[in-house]
Amino acid sequence: MGDTLSALLSIGFHGLAFAMVLYLISVGLSVTMGLMGFVNLAHGVFAMAGGYLTTSLMKRLDAPFPLALLAAAALVALVSIALERLLYRRLYGGDELDQVLLTMGLVFMSIAGATFLWGPLQQPLQLPPQLSGQIDFGFRSFPIYRSFLILCSAALVTALWLGVERTRFGARVRAAVDNLRMAQSVGIDTSRLFMATFALGSGLAALGGGLGADLLTINPNYALQNLVYFLIVVAVGGLGSIRGPFVAALLIGIADTGFKYLLPEFGAFFIYALTMAILLWRPRGLFGRA
Amino acid sequence: MAEGAVDAFARRHRYRLLEALPWLAAIAAYIAFPSYLALGAQILATILFALSADLVLGYAGIVTLGHAAFFGTGAYTAGILAAHSWGEPITGLIAGGSAAALIGLLSGLIVLRTTGLTLLMQTLVVATMLAEAANKASFITGGDDGLQGMEVWPIFGRLRFDLFGNTAYFYCLTVLFLCWLAARRIVHSPFGRSLTGIRENVRRMHAIGAPVTQRRLVIYTIAAGFAGISGALIAQTTQFVSLSFLSLERSGTVLIMLIIGGIGRLYGAFIGVPLYMIAQDRFSTIDPVFWYFWIGLMMVLLVVFARGGILGLFERLRR
Repeated sequence: MGDTLSALLSIGFHGLAFAMVLYLISVGLSVTMGLMGFVNLAHGVFAMAGGYLTTSLMKRLDAPFPLALLAAAALVALVSIALERLLYRRLYGGDELDQVLLTMGLVFMSIAGATFLWGPLQQPLQLPPQLSGQIDFGFRSFPIYRSFLILCSAALVTALWLGVERTRFGARVRAAVDNLRMAQSVGIDTSRLFMATFALGSGLAALGGGLGADLLTINPNYALQNLVYFLIVVAVGGLGSIRGPFVAALLIGIADTGFKYLLPEFGAFFIYALTMAILLWRPRGLFGRA
Repeated sequence: MAEGAVDAFARRHRYRLLEALPWLAAIAAYIAFPSYLALGAQILATILFALSADLVLGYAGIVTLGHAAFFGTGAYTAGILAAHSWGEPITGLIAGGSAAALIGLLSGLIVLRTTGLTLLMQTLVVATMLAEAANKASFITGGDDGLQGMEVWPIFGRLRFDLFGNTAYFYCLTVLFLCWLAARRIVHSPFGRSLTGIRENVRRMHAIGAPVTQRRLVIYTIAAGFAGISGALIAQTTQFVSLSFLSLERSGTVLIMLIIGGIGRLYGAFIGVPLYMIAQDRFSTIDPVFWYFWIGLMMVLLVVFARGGILGLFERLRR
């Protein structure tokens, strides 16, 4: 009995950590897809860039982990603004195929670029001593890094939700998701709004990539390797939703960890079956609008 | 005037001289580059894969990111047969095509109920599921190491697969030609025209009483069969199948090759695939990383400057 409980607790904990990383990375993708109607297969590139920049800043410049994370996120957000203005903006509301071609092209370039700059091997996240080891919660001990990861992400998620609910910017985003034309007619500058949300989503993805560099390892194929997970979270959660992907990430993160732990011989098979079932039941995702 | 339009429609399906060009080019390539026949055979088989993607994507307008599911199913079926002492190529091809068509039918029944991004996701999930299944069933598929030990018999018991790829080249060319004839017929038939109608305006097709879902399912199954034959061809001629045959990368690359050529034109595959694969062969001998960068850049530039692919570019120039 004690063993079962301990296993469940362990699955819950590791699943939660994985879910947080998935959510931080995918929420931006959900908004891009819902708001701009853009199939951004290159979203993982921003997370990968965040991971590479974080590990490099720590290794080369001896920057502390939190500072490196923030710097990486800011840099990625800036670069994403340039990409949005130069490339993405041309295809808003356009043909899905063109979007697929453009973003797959960016993914390929990112693979080549990362291999050129950092080599083909994965970049380990060198944790500061305060974050390595275990922490004792009284009834059980957990790895400090993952606890830190969960806490940090929880804080970010709260800030994000409050921002969307309470600020003027958040209200504009919600208005544009609900009814783009109406939002334009009441004078919201949607072009700038798109740019800002895109940058925010990319920055969050970079944070997720850096924070989760120990879970989703940083290597040149990152964007392609993990694309299925990000897309699943978005599709199951519902396009354009902020909370949907959170529930989906929890579901996918915990179920994936659990299945891999309990039935390793089936691997990720169940997650895909679960995804199919959910999408059949609710084609627009759990929180998607009809 | 009306008669002119009727004439144009009536003449649509007739063979034009220009359509002989790909086949003449294939024979010219055989004479001109005898040392590249192995690559040539792969290109021909991949053209068939892209052609089948064109039926789904270009004609029926089903945006799929999981077409490799059928390609891989065909390859594994033919491969497993050949590895377990049934190396007869033609039946292997038929088995590969049928297995893929069956998967296409079964998954189509589920997947085609949805549209847009959900459809894209569903197709992707089907392919990923199959890849995961092949990975875990390593006792028959060889898992990560790939399927080995295939023995393919001579075609009709006479034509042996030689080291230089002579047989493989003509084998692939013949199969591609037959499938192209079939695809061309389908596209120009009333059934094919109604598919284009579905792509252009689903609501209207519903309104005039066309059985939309059923037609989409039929073309999805047929295209899956073609993709399976293409996978079986590559498995038989290279005597190797790996998990990458089912991968997202494979589904993505076939789309890319098709889009480079131009979709919905039946000939996009004949332009995009050779261009992509020859460039890949040339560049990746220099440096594979370098290749990824340039192909990526080319895709981005194509979207920015030349939508509709190379055939689209020609059409615009002609106007």
